[in-house]
Amino acid sequence: MAFRNDEDKVAYWKENLSLLTKLLVVWFAVSFGAGILFADALNAIQFFGFKLGFWFAQQGAIYVFVALIFIYMAKMNALDKKYGVNED
Amino acid sequence: MDIQTLTFIIVGGTFALYIAIAIWARAGSTNDFYVAGGGVPPVLNGMATAADWMSAASFISMAGLISFMGYDGAVYLMGWTGGYVLLALCLAPYLRKFGKFTVPDFIGDRYYSQTARTVAVFCAIFVCFTYVAGQMRGVGVVFSRFLEVDIVTGVLIGMAIVFFYTVLGGMKGITYTQVAQFCVMVFAYIVPAVFISIMVTGHILPQTGFGATLSDGSGMFLLEKLDQLSVDLGFNEYTSGTKSTIDVFFITFALMVGTAGLPHVIVRFFTVPKVSDARKSAGWALAFIAIVYTTAPSLAAFARTNMIETINGTEMQGTDYASAPSWITNWEKTGLIEWEDKNNDGKMFYSGDDRNEMKVDRDIMVLANPEIANLPAWVIALVAAGGVAAALSTSAGLLLVISTSVSHDLLKRNFAPDISDKAELMYARLAAGVAIVIAGYFGVNPPGFVAQVVAFAFGLAASSFFPAIIMGIFSKRMNDKGAVAGMLAGILFTASYIIYFKFLNPTGNVPENWWFDISPEGIGTLGMMVNFVVAYGVFKMTDEAPQEIQELVESIRYPKGSGEASSH
Repeated sequence: MAFRNDEDKVAYWKENLSLLTKLLVVWFAVSFGAGILFADALNAIQFFGFKLGFWFAQQGAIYVFVALIFIYMAKMNALDKKYGVNED
Repeated sequence: MDIQTLTFIIVGGTFALYIAIAIWARAGSTNDFYVAGGGVPPVLNGMATAADWMSAASFISMAGLISFMGYDGAVYLMGWTGGYVLLALCLAPYLRKFGKFTVPDFIGDRYYSQTARTVAVFCAIFVCFTYVAGQMRGVGVVFSRFLEVDIVTGVLIGMAIVFFYTVLGGMKGITYTQVAQFCVMVFAYIVPAVFISIMVTGHILPQTGFGATLSDGSGMFLLEKLDQLSVDLGFNEYTSGTKSTIDVFFITFALMVGTAGLPHVIVRFFTVPKVSDARKSAGWALAFIAIVYTTAPSLAAFARTNMIETINGTEMQGTDYASAPSWITNWEKTGLIEWEDKNNDGKMFYSGDDRNEMKVDRDIMVLANPEIANLPAWVIALVAAGGVAAALSTSAGLLLVISTSVSHDLLKRNFAPDISDKAELMYARLAAGVAIVIAGYFGVNPPGFVAQVVAFAFGLAASSFFPAIIMGIFSKRMNDKGAVAGMLAGILFTASYIIYFKFLNPTGNVPENWWFDISPEGIGTLGMMVNFVVAYGVFKMTDEAPQEIQELVESIRYPKGSGEASSH
């Protein structure tokens, strides 16, 4: 087994799932939240030449998606190192 | 030099490049043929994934579609990008660690069941054929417009090129040609968009020009102007849509989950050397895709404003047909623009009510954009090369999945487990060849239902693969019976709903008849839920997965010890 002990294995998976949950909450909030469910309300706010809800739906959500994956990558690489399960 | 000659030179040059790459990257083993030897650098794999993903439809039709849909176009923009977040966070790294060649491989091994494997193989083949028929058609359309050969010749040329580098190079050849195709495609998409953005708003970046003031001296924001024009002409406001919120929600979700479950996208993550590379290359893939997907809505808004002002004139009184710009008469010949002078005043007028005299095809928005903006001839040639690159790269990726499914999943893992690597490679090449011929046939004789079955491809991927893979990774006790029952229930539910509204009762395909206001495009989301619920119910009534499978699942949850992808 790659882990030092069973506690490590459980803790690693738990930290992974907690990171996953946080990032997916953001993923849901910018697209389904800001871009769809609350788009009409946010459209009352002007953001440069955009209505805010429209901007999230056609631009903003996509930028956040890209950022989310790179954040996940960095955090997971650190987590792998912390538990000694990274690849050589 | 005229446009015709330039187009031949630029498109011909890109073809020579693809062929040269194919010869350089020949496949020597099934490992090369299926997963490019597992040694593709993550950034290059990101480019290849982006090219694989962005099809002729993305390149040619998406911006036009959005410009006619306004806000509702967001379902495609978010749906086809948000799936990559799911892919990067929940699927790609684990599947890479698992280390097999195909999606049915994972499903078959994880659920220790030939039935599960077979269901997955047929889903994979169906999804890929649905897609590839449309791609070959895209090649034909681009050729016939820009090179003025007929569609059949266009499809045949496209088939020959794809045949050459897929059969010779397999995944290895495809990967490196896709990298080249990505560069051609993005350059061809961005250049006209930048020109048109500078023209309309003075901004170099289309993404900021989208929210800027118009440079016509009015001081109005582009979107403000577009909203006003739309309302005056009897359309809906551009920044609010016509679809119900729940339908937008479900379609977006189905497209996201479907994207994450598409076999030709998933398989790209088997080609990188390490698990951490799978995460990284998903990030790069989405970054590269985002370049096009954030430009598309800007382009849509510019093109729509431009088109309305060209046809109706800046005073919105219509313009004389006699003095119409040449692109209108050029594209009239192809039937993509039609004008009928209903009030006999000799003027063209475009609107959303009964004053309308124009029929404008949405595909024109990207294809005619360089002409509308009066760009130099080489830009028009570049757009042709980009359209062909988009269609070729996606078809090659799909054809590879089909050939792998036949030679590896059906033959090697089902009927003839003892065949040698060499024989398997030969069958893979043979299967790729046959698949290209079938795809070409559909390209020349397109079934009338291509547009309808795209909803099918996403719906099926969303309701079958996605839940099965997610449960396979995140629930180590999920068993074979649960997974198979879930997949079958998900597929049957989704397929019946789509078949009913698209084929059996197309006239009844209106919101009043839909369940919970959900259109057939969005039903995959509900299908996915059905899959999860049924799988969990059956799982609760049967024995949990055996100990060795649970250990297998635990071992794919951390990166250490990932070897190269293998068949063992």
